[in-house]
Order: sequence, then C-alpha cells, then structure tokens
Amino acid sequence: MRARWIVVLALLLAGCTGTPDSDGDPVTLRFQSLAWQEESVEANKELVKEWNATHPHVKVEYVQGSWDSVHDQLLTSFEGGEAPDIIHDASDDLADFAYGGYLADLSDLLPGRLKSDIPQRSWDTATFGDGVYGVPFLQEPRVLIANARWLKESGVRVPTPEHPWSWAEFRRITDQLSGAGKYGVAWPLKEPVSATLNLSLSAGGQLFHRGDDGKVTIRFEQADQTVPRTIHDQANTDHSASPTTLGGGGSDTLPGFFGGKYAMVPLGFSYRQQIAQQAPKGFRWQVLPAPAGADGLTQGVSPQTLSVAEDSPHKKEAAAFIDFLLQPENMVRLALGDWMLPTGTAALEDPALHTAKDGWATGTALAAHLRSAPAQSVRGYPEWKDKVATPAFQEYYSGAIGLGELRKRLEEDGNLVLARYQR
Amino acid sequence: MRTSTTGRVGQYAALLGYLVFLAFPFLWLVSTAFKSPRELGSLHPTWIPRHPTLDNFRQAFDEQPLLRAAGNSLLAALAAAVIAVLIATPLAYVMARRRTRLAKAATGWVVVSQAFPLVLVIIPLFLVLKELRLINSLAGLVMVYVVWALPFALWMLVGYVRAVPTELEEAAAVDGAGRLRTLVSVTAPLLAPGIVATALFAFITAWNEFFFALVLLKTPEKQTLPVVLTHFIGAEGVADLGPLAAAAFLATLPSLIIFAIIQRRITGGMLAGAVKS
Repeated sequence: MRARWIVVLALLLAGCTGTPDSDGDPVTLRFQSLAWQEESVEANKELVKEWNATHPHVKVEYVQGSWDSVHDQLLTSFEGGEAPDIIHDASDDLADFAYGGYLADLSDLLPGRLKSDIPQRSWDTATFGDGVYGVPFLQEPRVLIANARWLKESGVRVPTPEHPWSWAEFRRITDQLSGAGKYGVAWPLKEPVSATLNLSLSAGGQLFHRGDDGKVTIRFEQADQTVPRTIHDQANTDHSASPTTLGGGGSDTLPGFFGGKYAMVPLGFSYRQQIAQQAPKGFRWQVLPAPAGADGLTQGVSPQTLSVAEDSPHKKEAAAFIDFLLQPENMVRLALGDWMLPTGTAALEDPALHTAKDGWATGTALAAHLRSAPAQSVRGYPEWKDKVATPAFQEYYSGAIGLGELRKRLEEDGNLVLARYQR
Repeated sequence: MRTSTTGRVGQYAALLGYLVFLAFPFLWLVSTAFKSPRELGSLHPTWIPRHPTLDNFRQAFDEQPLLRAAGNSLLAALAAAVIAVLIATPLAYVMARRRTRLAKAATGWVVVSQAFPLVLVIIPLFLVLKELRLINSLAGLVMVYVVWALPFALWMLVGYVRAVPTELEEAAAVDGAGRLRTLVSVTAPLLAPGIVATALFAFITAWNEFFFALVLLKTPEKQTLPVVLTHFIGAEGVADLGPLAAAAFLATLPSLIIFAIIQRRITGGMLAGAVKS
C-alpha cells in the first residue's frame, strides 16, 4: 500500500516539475531557425538560452538553418523522419508540407493568448484546409525608400500612411523627378511575380479566383492591371524608371540610390538594415508607404512562421516553446533583430516600433493593411510562377510584349499549369 | 616571320584575356572582403578598397563558427579524396587494360550516372544512411562524397591508365618483374600525375559540396563550410555581403594552397622519353 503511494507521489512530482521523457530524461527539442542577421541570430539564441534556464525538463537545441534550399532540406528531413521539432520557414513554403501531412495541426496546441494576439488575416497565411500549420510571427510590407533631400527639394507632396499616393499620382511624381540621367524610381524586379501580385491587392487585384468547386482559375482583370501597367509605363513610356534595375535584386539598386541616380526604390521593409549600414554619411533617407489603389494600402505578404513537425513526439512542448518565443516582448526582440514587423497586436504596440527613426513608425502603420499573399494556398503556384509568370512579366516590363500578350500567357498558359494540380 | 609574331601576340592577348576572365571573380571577392559597408554601397566601385578594413573578417568569425566548419570540410574532403582514389585506381586499371564487355558497360554506366540530379537520389540516400545510423555523421557524408566522386574519378583514371604504354609493363615483365612489382614500380609512378589530379578533383568536389551536407548534417557542430556560408544569406537572396565575401575568400584558400603545392605534379611530361619510338 505504502509502495503504491510512493509511486503516485513520484508521478505527481514528475508532473509538477515538467514533462520529462518516459524514461525520465529531459525532453530535447530541436529548433531550426532561419534567422541570419547578426542581431536576429543573437536574439534567437538568447531566447533559447532563457527558455533552457527556466525549463530544465524541456531543453531546446538551437540549429542554424539556411534560407537557401530550405524546402528541399525540410522535405528530405520529413521523408527520412529526421525533421527538427520546431521549424522556421515562410508561409508561402508551407502549403506542400501541410497538405503532405508533414506538419502538425496547431489548432488545439496553441494557447488562447497567442491565438487571439495574432489577427485572423495573419492566421489565414498559415491555414490550409481546416488546419493551422504555422504561427505567423514576422512580416514585412513593401515600402518606398526615398532620398529625403531630393524629395524635399522637388517640392512634391510627401505621402503618409494616412494620405498615401495613388498609383496614378506615383507615376506622375516619378515622371516629375526624372531627367538628365536620373530616375524617379528604380524597380528591382528580379522576382517580378510576388512583387506585382502582392502590390496589386491595393488596387483590388486578385488574379487567382476560387470557384464553388474549390478549383482555382487565373483571370487577369482590370484591377490586376493597375500595378503592372504603372511599372511598364514608367519604364517604357515615361522613362521615369531605370531600365537597368528591372532584372536585378534589391541590393543591386542601392549603389545607384546612394549615388543619387534614383529618387526612390521599392523594397521590402527589412532592407532598411542594409540602407542604415551602407548609406554614405549625410545621406538622408525616409520610408514611404507603397502607393494605394481602390483597396487602399492593402498588400499581400508571406510572413515568417514557426511550425511543429507532425513526427515530433513532443508537440505540446514544442507549442509551449513557440508560445514562449512569441510572448509580446520576445516578438518585439525578434522583430527588431530582423528589421521586420511582428504580427502580434500587443507587440505592435511597443514604443520601439513607433519611432520615426529608420522609418519604423511608417512600417508599423501599414501592419493593419497586410493580407495573405494571393497565391499563398494555390497548388501549382511555384510552377506557374517559374515557367509562365516570371518570363511573361519580365518581357512585359522590358517592353518586349504588350498587355494583351501578357494576359494571354498568364491566363491561358497559367490555367493549363494549374489544371494539372487540380484534377 | 611577321605573321608568326602577330599570331603569337594574338595568342598571348587571348591567353591574358582568358586569365583576366578567370581571375576577375576571385579578385573582386578579395576586394569586397576588405571593403567597409559604406564602400560596398558606393556607386563607383573601386578595385583597391579606399579604407581597407578587417571588420568583415571579424564579423564573419564572430557570427559563425568558420574554423570548426573549415575543419569539418577539410576532414570530409581529404577523406573523400583519399578513399576515392584508393578505390578508383585499381578499378580504372582493370577497366583500361581488360577491354571486356563488362568494362565497356561499366564505362557506359559511369557516364549515365553523371546525369542523375541530386534531388532524385537524396531521399533514398537519406533513408539508407538513416538505417546505417550515418545521418549527422561526417563518416556518412564522406561515404556519399566517395560514391558521388567515384564515377568521374574512374573515368579520369581510365584515361590516364590508357596513356601509360603497355610496352613498359611488358618490358618490366621481360626484365623479370612480377605483376605486383610492375604495377607498383612501373605503372604507379607514371600514373602519379593522374592520381593527383583525380584526388584534387575529388577533394574540390567535396570541399565545395553544399546540398548533401545541408541535408545530412543536423547539428551545428558537424556543419561544413559551404553550409555555414549560406548563413550569411537571407530570404530572397539578400546577403550580408562584406562578411560573406570575407568568409568565402577564406573558403577558397585551402583549394588554392593545395593547387599551388601540387600543380607541378599534375603537369604532364612524366611520360616524355619513356619509350623509344
């Protein structure tokens, strides 16, 4: 009888002190992080250290992952049953893993605090079917980084999140700023599809339309044309957009921007880190909201996410770690480290994210307008993007084809690709 | 005579142009590694950094365990090179000297095997290594590198073996040398440049390899240099250019040093005058 009480007492004590493995060893979770900037890696490692100091029975091991080839690396790890317990990725990479059964449905694992702290529009980016397969925690809008002195001297109206430029006004202003080998804007469009589609939401563009049967078709309608037409006309009609940057990445535009060749560069919000680091002394820059259309400042984003592997034997512990990592004050630390915006409403209220310095306040004001990227859950999107849309948009922006041909390729060729995934 | 001089000048000019073309990325990498962030963002890039700094190297070492990763890479690449050569040399000898159907089929298979994309083999390979408990192990990675390098190593060595005249081996046999003695004392020294070149190929293939290392090595302690280099690259290819260049420059040094040491061994000419025609 006494022995039975001792066993019960021991079990109760074990329950109170944590969740060790069945053999009594502490649980070890592997957390593969894709943080890469110095401050961001530091913030992640510090948070892991803090967790480990306060949770002796659930040890988290920090594993540095890499954005390069992360999809293939994870796929192999899932197939081989060797995936990390906690997975950092981007929401637009999750669809295949979620539908493939590799990720745990977090709907019942996450605490109410976290669920209610992150708005539904962000949860939508990681919701596939009926399940939630990732916690969206960092996101970045596309903004205009402007040469502040140039803008001031030109006398143009400087937009704010409350009074942004319309797309037509933006075109007019870039035209006004151009001349003598200088351009109003330099579009870095090495990856033209996501930039175009995400910005097109502001004008009400959807491109992907889901029918009653659940199948998705592509329709390139009037609202979808606003953004591509603006870029095309800036580059080919007004010559207010530099033609040389159209095929380059964001970093490629920075020397020209610092050198006074371009007045503005549309970039992801996190590029501010590079700009702050590389801008010549005395160079004054400011963050402006992207132009607005019929739907205001709305734009699509694919937030960074934290997921739990379906094969993980410690899903509850992994979810608890995610909850810890995404406590408002910790989310702020991660956001500051990555120069991005947190998704959590409590974190977004932190004063550190509302300073004028480095354009934080402008970016934070855009958070409420960020939606799930249009192609987020469309199966076949990666193939459509690589084989159809990327070359079509590149040719259109360079002036090689017109709007009719662009529409034909996006719709006709695109729907053939999507149909193969929806049989 | 005039035409000959013009032709020679043209040849040298072409050679110089080719050397500049080859050297450009490396020289630019070295220049970038010593530039400050502000100089990296300059519209007028310079070959020689105006304010050379070691900050990129400091940051690279502070942020990532480069030395440990370089040690792992060196270990994996050296082991892969030695094992690949040890296996490939006798096999290549047999394939070159015994021109049977089997040898021809093996040569065909070697060529075909080079066409397999990595993603096709990685999942089965991962499962096999998992069964062998060789995931997250440098031994497992070396095994993969050896298998991956073997076909081409074999192909290279078969060519070198065929270049060794059989008359030399026959002459040694006439002089009373046995099979083993002939192979060790006559054939092997003549094959040395080929063996060195093949080892170098296997070493560099393994040293630069990224994808297998990324997938097969799980813990930071085991990661190799190419994997660690990608930690300076963010989403959508954004890079921390200065530290990345500094780390990449360091990553090229072992290959350069090894090349510098053994390049004379690879240079042909060892067979010159071996046989009177």
